[in-house]
Amino acid sequence: MPDFGFSIQSSQPIDLDKTYRAVYNFVKEKEPSIQRCIYCGACGATCTAANFSQMSLRKVNLLLLRGQIAEVRQLVEHCLLCGKCMLVCPRNVNTRKMILLIHQALKMPLS
Amino acid sequence: MSKIAIIGGGIAGMEAAIRLSALNFEVHLIEKSFILGGHVKNWHMLFPDLSSATQLVEQQKNQLRDSVNILLGIEVIRASYTNNKYTLYFSDGSSNTFDAIILTTGFKLFPAQRKEEYGYSIYSNVITSAELEEYFQTDKPLYTKEHRIAERIAFIHCVGSRDDKVGNRYCSKVCCVTAVKQAMETARRNPGAEIYLFYMDLRMFDRQFEDLYFQAQTQYGIRFIRGRLSEVSEKPDSRLFLKFEDTLLGKPLRLTTDMLVLMVGMEPAENTGQLARLFNVPVGNDKFLLPKNLHQYRNLTNQPGIFLAGCVSGPKTIGETLTDARSAALEVYNYLNRN
Amino acid sequence: MKFDWFVIPFLAGLTFVFGFCCIKFYLWIQRLSRGEKALLKKHFFSPSLWVSIKEIFNESLLHRKIFRTNALLGYMHTSLAFGWFLLIVLGNIEVKFYSHYSVNPPYVPIFLNYFEPNTAPHFFGRGFRFLMDFLLLIILSGVALAYLKRFQPNRFGMRRTMQHQVLDKLAIISLWCIFPARLLAESFSAALYHNGSFLTNTVGKWLSFLPVDNLIYPAWWGYSIVLGIFFFSLPFSRYMHIPTEVLLIILRNAGIRSRYFNHPFQQVDIYACSRCGICIDACQLSTLGYATQPAYYLRSLRYKTQHNELTENCLLCGRCVEACPVGIFSTDIRSHERTLGHEMNSVHYNFSKNIPKQKNVEVLYFAGCMSHLVPGIKKAMTSILNQSGCSWSMLDEQETVCCGRPLLLAGQITAANQVIMHTRSLIERSHARILVTSCPICFKTFKENYRLNANVLHHSQFIKHLQDEQRIVTQRISAHVKYHDPCELGRGMNVYNEPREVLSHIAHLLPTNHEKNKSLCCGGSLGNIFIDVDSKLQIATNTLQQMDIRSADYLITACPLCQKTFSAVSPIPVKDIAQLVADNLLLANAENKNNYAMISENA
Repeated sequence: MPDFGFSIQSSQPIDLDKTYRAVYNFVKEKEPSIQRCIYCGACGATCTAANFSQMSLRKVNLLLLRGQIAEVRQLVEHCLLCGKCMLVCPRNVNTRKMILLIHQALKMPLS
Repeated sequence: MSKIAIIGGGIAGMEAAIRLSALNFEVHLIEKSFILGGHVKNWHMLFPDLSSATQLVEQQKNQLRDSVNILLGIEVIRASYTNNKYTLYFSDGSSNTFDAIILTTGFKLFPAQRKEEYGYSIYSNVITSAELEEYFQTDKPLYTKEHRIAERIAFIHCVGSRDDKVGNRYCSKVCCVTAVKQAMETARRNPGAEIYLFYMDLRMFDRQFEDLYFQAQTQYGIRFIRGRLSEVSEKPDSRLFLKFEDTLLGKPLRLTTDMLVLMVGMEPAENTGQLARLFNVPVGNDKFLLPKNLHQYRNLTNQPGIFLAGCVSGPKTIGETLTDARSAALEVYNYLNRN
Repeated sequence: MKFDWFVIPFLAGLTFVFGFCCIKFYLWIQRLSRGEKALLKKHFFSPSLWVSIKEIFNESLLHRKIFRTNALLGYMHTSLAFGWFLLIVLGNIEVKFYSHYSVNPPYVPIFLNYFEPNTAPHFFGRGFRFLMDFLLLIILSGVALAYLKRFQPNRFGMRRTMQHQVLDKLAIISLWCIFPARLLAESFSAALYHNGSFLTNTVGKWLSFLPVDNLIYPAWWGYSIVLGIFFFSLPFSRYMHIPTEVLLIILRNAGIRSRYFNHPFQQVDIYACSRCGICIDACQLSTLGYATQPAYYLRSLRYKTQHNELTENCLLCGRCVEACPVGIFSTDIRSHERTLGHEMNSVHYNFSKNIPKQKNVEVLYFAGCMSHLVPGIKKAMTSILNQSGCSWSMLDEQETVCCGRPLLLAGQITAANQVIMHTRSLIERSHARILVTSCPICFKTFKENYRLNANVLHHSQFIKHLQDEQRIVTQRISAHVKYHDPCELGRGMNVYNEPREVLSHIAHLLPTNHEKNKSLCCGGSLGNIFIDVDSKLQIATNTLQQMDIRSADYLITACPLCQKTFSAVSPIPVKDIAQLVADNLLLANAENKNNYAMISENA
């Protein structure tokens, strides 16, 4: 995706009453450590992909919880699976597994 | 007359000794170093009122009556329990028998080199909050190791706290407000310096803490950024290059700074595990000693005659520690007068 | 021609195995690419075939590699395989003496005592009978050991053994019965015709109280039936490894390797696994209770059972490959299978945006992303490089750059190739002659996937060069150190000696129980996608215990990931080799430095 200096963000408010949680639940079931996240941002700070993209695992996790799948899709495509985030995470989230599961979920027809 | 041993001569131990000797018990205060006052004797001033730490320790020392038997440079190496009495064997070969024991061994500071990516003991301008607090005793502005006035200083919260990577999941409670206090003091000494505080969550939980935060923002212009430091590298001019994510804005954030202050958290004191085995007191998964429960029996343990006060049972502020020590003294009094 | 109906089970079984193997082997070889077939042809008509024959003799028959694991276990395998082999060879020679035909059906040597009971008066008879009895005794001792191994694997140097399936159990029971059945039949024969030697004659005497006349014929039937059962179960059980291993050795020596998932060589690998279970003890995941070792993984591939978890749950440390007596490249198979997973939709991995252009330097230093979390390594390399006097710059000084190997390990080939493309262009922009990296993971990728003009060195090799050329001088200290071989540097790239030589210049290097290719994994490996951080730390703790590091002052390693993982649980300080060197650098004299600067300018 070319960088236009801004990112496409939905202007719609997030409606938690109608949140699409299927992807989050799929990942949570296979990798429960996703629930430990305290959104401190250490992963985003160390992220190699953050040098050239908006990637931040913290954001990915929050967006998943809020059902913002389109944005998740954009972000995780930059991940290099280098595992630095796993080494800095204060809650020991199994981040590489989490990313692979998200990719897997995004390809599945979930309802 | 009942005899009481207080193990640990910090502010909790001294406070309990003062209260119990006032009740005419025979109190033995045992301290492994050669000075009373624990960590607090090294502090400069106390939050939130910025009163003098030295003064507090000196006041306590003055209040310790002559009747308190102070044993310095001594450790407990063995203990036995018979007929409701504890016999303690000391490192100098002596031994003594007591009716009750208060454990006030407190905490040790998190060794910052264990958080290797922050560069403590690798880069010269990375210091801990404890070192900064001691430096404040000098009344000089803050200099880098190369004797330049520090023009930009970053404080990092939660170093060794809330971090499963170092095995400490708990919050050390006092570092947030200490950082605000130290940032203000630094701003006072280095006028015009840019000061950043990087926090995960800002926990201003007690009375007047929020006021201190307010003051730091408005009077001193201290910048608060929500983000956790991931790594530090050193530039050729020995300034430090820091990496964060600004988590409120959702963008990576980079900063070059003259000095880095690590707000080190609390861990159980070195010999806490040994004491737990000696007196058969359980430890929590945070390795601090466990009281009987966390509500009405915070000073009691599951062993008769063994009491806890201060940070031996988890991180506490100075105010809480002193209250805890007085409460423990009262529990000891009740225990000894139970019949 | 001699014939009796009882040979039918044996004959049918043998024909079945032979036919099955011919078809299977043909199908595998046929699926090889044209180039690979050419390799195979070349191998058959070159002296290297001799290497294969020697290896088949050494490994398929003598099982020399198993002797290295444990002598008793080795004897058990040799007595069964080589003993049986000699029994067949000798039987065929023996037949030549009695038979009137030049070609005999294959069952004659097996049931010779039935077809030729009166061998005793023959000139060579007694000698043959003695040898045959002797071999039978050796094989029976092997069977007894195999039986004992079921109950006391510890005596065979195995802490854990394989949990077998029904077919394998049927095959093993029939295998155990073959030689006792032969003993029984031949002993009856010896009791009747006195055509045995020390073993069968003796057993025959003991059994002579039985109605031997009536029992001998059923005994030959029994012998034939157990042989038949074994042969029929062989292609479907683990014993398929016996014929397949021969093919494996030939293909391997011909230079054929598995290149993608389901490659014919991979199929040969899978069928060549004997499930002996030696990999189970070698694998550190066993201590966590995972049955994910090659024996289980290859079995699940062969029988096509569900095994997503097995594919992911592997450290790719390569210890199993080192331990495998058959030499199966199981880590390759896992890596290839991972490429079948859900491919990431890779987009732009554009690093160059934030990486400043490097000056033209002699040495380009690439710390690697993990080294950024272990700043001691970066600091140490900075002072070593400054001291060495060469012109250098650091590629990833401020922002980390990825080498692409983590993606490769996760099977994301397309994405990895994009990363490699970008990082290669970053490296080549600098025109450096030497690329030094601190991370063995990057080192392996740079060497294997990058095709760089620069000479790629791991920093331990680079430091070794500097020491040899006296461009850095270090002092000796009295400290004792133990060295941990990182998987990717040691087994991955065969760099074992340089770090040891560097270390022994500075401190007292103590040996560990797990040196070089036997080295343990720290647990932090990026190869494993499955296990969580707690499990990784548990592996690290076990590794440190087994290395018995308490006798040392420092644990030294040469990988930021190993250091980071060990530091979390180690009772003694963990340092990188570069840190130990930098801590003990003596200032080189200025003259040397100037000389060097001139040399590099001239160059």
